[in-house]
Amino acid sequence: MANKATIVVHSGDMDKVYSALIIANGALAMGMEASLYFTFWGLQRLKKGGLDKGPLSKMNMLGLGKWMVKRKMRNVGVVSLEKLLQDFKELGGKILACDMTMEIMGIKKKDLRDDLISDYCAVGTYMNEAKESTVTLFI
Amino acid sequence: MAEIKVDCTGATCPVPLVETRKALRKAKEGDIIEVVGTHPASKKEIPMAVKALGLELMDIQEKDGVWKIKIRR
Repeated sequence: MANKATIVVHSGDMDKVYSALIIANGALAMGMEASLYFTFWGLQRLKKGGLDKGPLSKMNMLGLGKWMVKRKMRNVGVVSLEKLLQDFKELGGKILACDMTMEIMGIKKKDLRDDLISDYCAVGTYMNEAKESTVTLFI
Repeated sequence: MAEIKVDCTGATCPVPLVETRKALRKAKEGDIIEVVGTHPASKKEIPMAVKALGLELMDIQEKDGVWKIKIRR
């Protein structure tokens, strides 16, 4: 088993994407390897300009809840999703994009932030990484 | 050997941990990294990371809610 975290980012909800990126950065900070596999609603967040566009998973209230939580986050000094993503890449994290989701939702490579994505792949690649990971999560 | 300062005062999870890791990656062997911060959990967790990375924790101090952690790469 490798000292590695493999995380499926299935949800595109803002708070859940935060959880995924914080955990993934934590893994890298602890000296582990980390891969984030973006699929379904999660993959929407890798669209250009889409990282921050997800609703809150609960009490979104047409965006009012999200606005309040974001304000609160700013007040306590929580960094942006963009900063977490850039840190994740800087520390050697790997971002994988699900190609089936791209087909289903009609997403083209040019719609995505291609510079951040290490590979476009399917379940085989995910399992290949997951089977040798000590931490696997589905968010 | 260089001494590198990382100021995470006022930053919350996971910034102190991540900034420490970034500094450690950039540092050369023998360099000393001094992290300063106020996030309480990070005072416990940075030493965990240092141990996991097999590096030397030189010193931890805290005064008036501000902690200082010294690590040798």
